[in-house]
Amino acid sequence: MTSGETIVFEGVTKNFGAVRAVSDLSFTVQPGRVTGFLGPNGAGKSTSLRVLLGLVTATAGRATIGGVRYATLPDPMRRVGAALEAAFHPGRNARAHLTAAAIAGGLPRARVGTVLELVGMDAYADRRVGGYSMGMRQRLALATALLGDPGVLVLDEPINGLDPEGIRWTRGFLRALAAEGRTVLLSSHLLSEVQQTVDDVVVLADGRLRYDGPLTGLGAGQATVVDAPDRAALAAALTVAGLTPRAVPEGLSVDADPAEVGRIALAAGVALRELRGGGGLEEEFLALVGHDAATGEGAAR
Amino acid sequence: MTALGRAIAAEFAKTFTTRMWWLLLLILVGYAGLGAAGIAFALTVAPQTPGAGGPQLGGLELAPIVYSMATASGFVFPLILGAMSVTSEVRHRTLSTTFLATPHRWMVLVGKLVVAAVLGAAYGVAGSAATVGPGAAVLNAVGEDTQLGDGATWALVARMVLAMAIWGVVGVGIGVLIPSQVGSIVAILAFTQFVEPIARTAAAFVDALSGVARFLPGAASDALVGASFYSTLAGGSDALEWWQGGLVLAGYAVVFLVIGATTFWRRDVT
Repeated sequence: MTSGETIVFEGVTKNFGAVRAVSDLSFTVQPGRVTGFLGPNGAGKSTSLRVLLGLVTATAGRATIGGVRYATLPDPMRRVGAALEAAFHPGRNARAHLTAAAIAGGLPRARVGTVLELVGMDAYADRRVGGYSMGMRQRLALATALLGDPGVLVLDEPINGLDPEGIRWTRGFLRALAAEGRTVLLSSHLLSEVQQTVDDVVVLADGRLRYDGPLTGLGAGQATVVDAPDRAALAAALTVAGLTPRAVPEGLSVDADPAEVGRIALAAGVALRELRGGGGLEEEFLALVGHDAATGEGAAR
Repeated sequence: MTALGRAIAAEFAKTFTTRMWWLLLLILVGYAGLGAAGIAFALTVAPQTPGAGGPQLGGLELAPIVYSMATASGFVFPLILGAMSVTSEVRHRTLSTTFLATPHRWMVLVGKLVVAAVLGAAYGVAGSAATVGPGAAVLNAVGEDTQLGDGATWALVARMVLAMAIWGVVGVGIGVLIPSQVGSIVAILAFTQFVEPIARTAAAFVDALSGVARFLPGAASDALVGASFYSTLAGGSDALEWWQGGLVLAGYAVVFLVIGATTFWRRDVT
């Protein structure tokens, strides 16, 4: 394994004709951590990743891996493993696909068997990809990315289309890769999908950076989600205590420590059904990415 | 291995791990072989039937026409193989994976050209075997000269192999020029099976056209090979020299490749 390297986006802008897909994007991705690259569909995530990998030419700015552009890496597959859209020739089997990639990347053929085993695909390796489920394609794409035992992994929507078991497996796998010191950057349009996997998040909406930092910093208000059979009484008690409860699907959300919320409920004699911290994440995320849609700024592109 | 060598080897591996190459080869062998036997039969037995009359076709003419069915009707197979090496990557969205492994895209293109030329030449060898075998058997059976002992026959076969290799390269050119799989196959079939045959037939009757028609790719290929059933039909009197035909055919490949390599091949892969 090569060591994990830092990914740096510096003022990356990409226009497709008159449409600005990515706008002055700058952020850094650290080794040894899993970084979630989040944003709604069409936010510019895939375009940004393709700029990083040299598949799309940036209109302005640059994206580098360990200070170097992907296209200039002498042995790119040994440094960076990428899985973009899980697309394969349907008539080729997994082993043949990986073998061709290994030849192109100058990697030992023995790696083919190793990565097939790593992703749990060895039993299906000689079947044509045309018959694969989405989950198997995702695993094969991941196996391709791992062929060169790279220190940097760039994965576009690796959890998309997976069943719950596949999601759980992928989470554990990516966490283990980061624990080995690798840089892991994965995109997703759902925070909840990667919430349990990522350390850091980069949030993108309408091609612009909205947030860049640790996941814990995203729910900055430290919101607590609380609910009671008598929700009105709970809301009244919280308001009396000087808090501002907001209605959320699971009950009420307040910017306070769970212990504090529990004390208020006890004092008011309201029996609780649910009480948990960290509930503000999704809300905060939606506020970040929904901002443009609300103000109509996106239409100005 | 150098990065270029790896790119070429990977293109071979990709070609040999799907069914297209041997399916096309199989159809070529059957098509050209049947065509050769059929034409040998038609040109020998049919004119000799009572009442048909007319002059006998000299043995010197006959064998090359029969043997050259390998290219006269078989050229479209390396052409399709070459084009599909590009268009199938577009269709199945595998260009990203290819360019991730080989970021210098020109190396991938060179790999595809080498594969198309080598497999085109192999198609030429197989196609020649398929026409010379059954063709010579029919000629022999009806008492015509098979010309198998003549060095000129083997020079013809060698030029057929060269022509098929160049057709493979032209195919890659078509692929980068028209990256859509359906689009390129429709264009290939429409041009080679419809537009050019009509143009060449028309040129046989209109003197003004014949000077232009000999520069058409099929006509150039027939000139390179030095014989073709279709050229004979169309009266190939003012065909190009064999080397000129080869250069014209290669010229088509160069033009297609230069246009495709500077447009589609450089574009963003999204």
